[in-house]
Amino acid sequence: MDLRFTPDEEKFRQEAREWLTANVPKGLPSGDTAEGFALHVEWEKKLFENKWAVVSWPEEYGGRGASLWEWLIFEEEYYRAGGPQRVTQNGIFLLAPTLFEFGTEEQKARFLPRMASADDLWCQGWSEPDAGSDLAGIKSRATRDDAAGGWVINGQKTWTTRGAFCNWLFGLFRTDPEAARHSGMTYLMVPLDAEGVTVRGVERLDGDEGFAEVFFDDVFVGDDLVLGGVNEGWGVAMATTSSERGLTLRSPGRFCAAADRLVDLWKRQDAKAKAGDPVAAATLDPSLRDAVAQSWMEAEAYRLATLSDVTGLVNGVSQGARSSLTKIFWSELDVQLHETALRLLGPEGELIEESPDAVDGGAWMKGFEFSLSGPIYAGTNEIQRNVVAERVLGLPRK
Amino acid sequence: MYFNFTEDQLLFRDAVAELLAAKCGPEVVRAAWDNAGTGRDPKLWAALAEMGIIGLTIPEAHGGLGMNDVDLTPLLTEAGRVALPAPVLETVAVAAPFIAESTSDAFAAEWLPKIADGSAIVTVQFEGQPFVTDAHIAQLLLVQKGNSMMAVPGESLRLTQQHSVDGARRIFSVDWDEADAQVVATNAEAAIAKAFNRAAVAASAELIGLSEQMIAMTVAYVVDRKQFGVPIGSFQAVKHHLADAELKVSFARPLVWNAAYAIANGSDSVDRDVSMAKCFASDAGTFVARKALQTHGAIGYTTEHDLHFWMKRTWALAGSFGDAGWHRRRVAHLLLDS
Repeated sequence: MDLRFTPDEEKFRQEAREWLTANVPKGLPSGDTAEGFALHVEWEKKLFENKWAVVSWPEEYGGRGASLWEWLIFEEEYYRAGGPQRVTQNGIFLLAPTLFEFGTEEQKARFLPRMASADDLWCQGWSEPDAGSDLAGIKSRATRDDAAGGWVINGQKTWTTRGAFCNWLFGLFRTDPEAARHSGMTYLMVPLDAEGVTVRGVERLDGDEGFAEVFFDDVFVGDDLVLGGVNEGWGVAMATTSSERGLTLRSPGRFCAAADRLVDLWKRQDAKAKAGDPVAAATLDPSLRDAVAQSWMEAEAYRLATLSDVTGLVNGVSQGARSSLTKIFWSELDVQLHETALRLLGPEGELIEESPDAVDGGAWMKGFEFSLSGPIYAGTNEIQRNVVAERVLGLPRK
Repeated sequence: MYFNFTEDQLLFRDAVAELLAAKCGPEVVRAAWDNAGTGRDPKLWAALAEMGIIGLTIPEAHGGLGMNDVDLTPLLTEAGRVALPAPVLETVAVAAPFIAESTSDAFAAEWLPKIADGSAIVTVQFEGQPFVTDAHIAQLLLVQKGNSMMAVPGESLRLTQQHSVDGARRIFSVDWDEADAQVVATNAEAAIAKAFNRAAVAASAELIGLSEQMIAMTVAYVVDRKQFGVPIGSFQAVKHHLADAELKVSFARPLVWNAAYAIANGSDSVDRDVSMAKCFASDAGTFVARKALQTHGAIGYTTEHDLHFWMKRTWALAGSFGDAGWHRRRVAHLLLDS
């Protein structure tokens, strides 16, 4: 057991820290609004130009060939420096691992560099109005057109995050309606400017236009946009969703940084209470010390569990279904961190960004609303608990 | 960065697990409940000594294996897994390294070889710890008095037996004459704090093993038990109880490893690391016990089924060497009052 990083890794950390401290933009509006999205894309391009966009990718696609450990270090530094959410995340963390695994050389060369440079912005197309947790119940059809050498898509996707701002969508479409549920689906990449695509933004709980419905009306995609084998989309997609549930989307850096900010918020509220601020004095009940400590410890537990998981990964032990434990833990941790912050704010917790007196610009309420999506997306935590019970513990499916 | 045990450590763990499976089945735990005798099996202790477990933390010069807190952690988890009725925590995890690191050469030379070969059991009492475990079979008690550690021979102790909910435990109120005690460490604030941290982490490591075993027993039960014509493990409500139990243990475990590492390497953050471990291990243990009982239903609510041995040890250890609340407050103090 050795919990130290190597001198080279520490050097990498130092370089990342220096660049991020000097360059991270402060106070960007939410990336889930049209205006904010454009500013986030500018930031993504700056990351790319300085080779920080996709550190773990091979250099030929815009990365640094960084190890998993270095990637974790980068993430830690990114969030410690206050770096904003990554609007490229669906592409770089979800589609890219799938492209690396299943893509042809042509597809990789065509899509990965433009994804890294934020020239192409990707959203995911999994859920449909009648297929959420039951993803294998999707009905959107892609019909073979041999003459044209491709597929004609009809149907609807929904809950497509940032769909209104992206220009590409990846997802599953039914290509063999006669096949059993998990067969007969194909993983397709669809340009959202194609003829027959209609995108309608949907306002989310937090007021941002972060969701979209995407309608397909005789949309043609060529064979070059099939990822993996025809009718083999389920297996291809599962590779992506385990990325989403596991390490790749949710490094500990974000939660550790939020936990540190929570401690800082407690100290500020405590100082206010001691200075005679009646609101802070009435709000800071003694049990909040325990609540802050508990949240901070859980972030630390997540960090250490990740070190253990990555130790396994670099030594060839895959997480497998245990990635479902990870997803449950980080998503419920995120909610708890923000609930605790709102308790610290008491009657001021309800103030949002536009309010002149909002503490930290209303970021805690905004973060709380966003955190509530975690236990729902990427497979609800109820589904994840089934996965843990059946595939980690071995309980019978039926 | 390598956050796991080495292949050698895991091989040793597997060998210990095999020994314990052979020598410490549930019938041994059940026998330890019989209050007529000592509740302790000298042959089991001798077998553990023979394998090197009792001398694990003792320097090789004194007949031990010269290993550290990280080496010991997986073995304590195995001890928890079988609800081992023996004072490994007190003697091996706490007393032996304290004597080796913080008492005189003469005292160490007198006691460490006897501990290593299994002929001496040493138990401990920190300030604020009301009862002493296994004082009835101990040759020596290390007892904290402020910044000093005293040693009292076992035969000089006056014992009043208390009765734990875990009938396999033996806990006592102790008293002795000053004349029979010797001071073995003075100005030893740091050494005593380290010893207390060791006790807390050792209890945490055992709690992980106890929890893992309760989950394993419960999984086996719900796969086998049928109601409405199907295994009850196929019901989502039951699945979610067990998934939640697995979740708690999975995120307590790395904190326990980290705390053992912090002690072995003298990390600056050791108090915080230890308290995180004990807080999470105690909470995980009591949570898992609750889920295991609920999922077993009425049979788990009997003493005919073995589950209660594991639950009751868990309840006892969850409160020992600082319960979850004590350790959470210590973390809060370290985080918020600096």
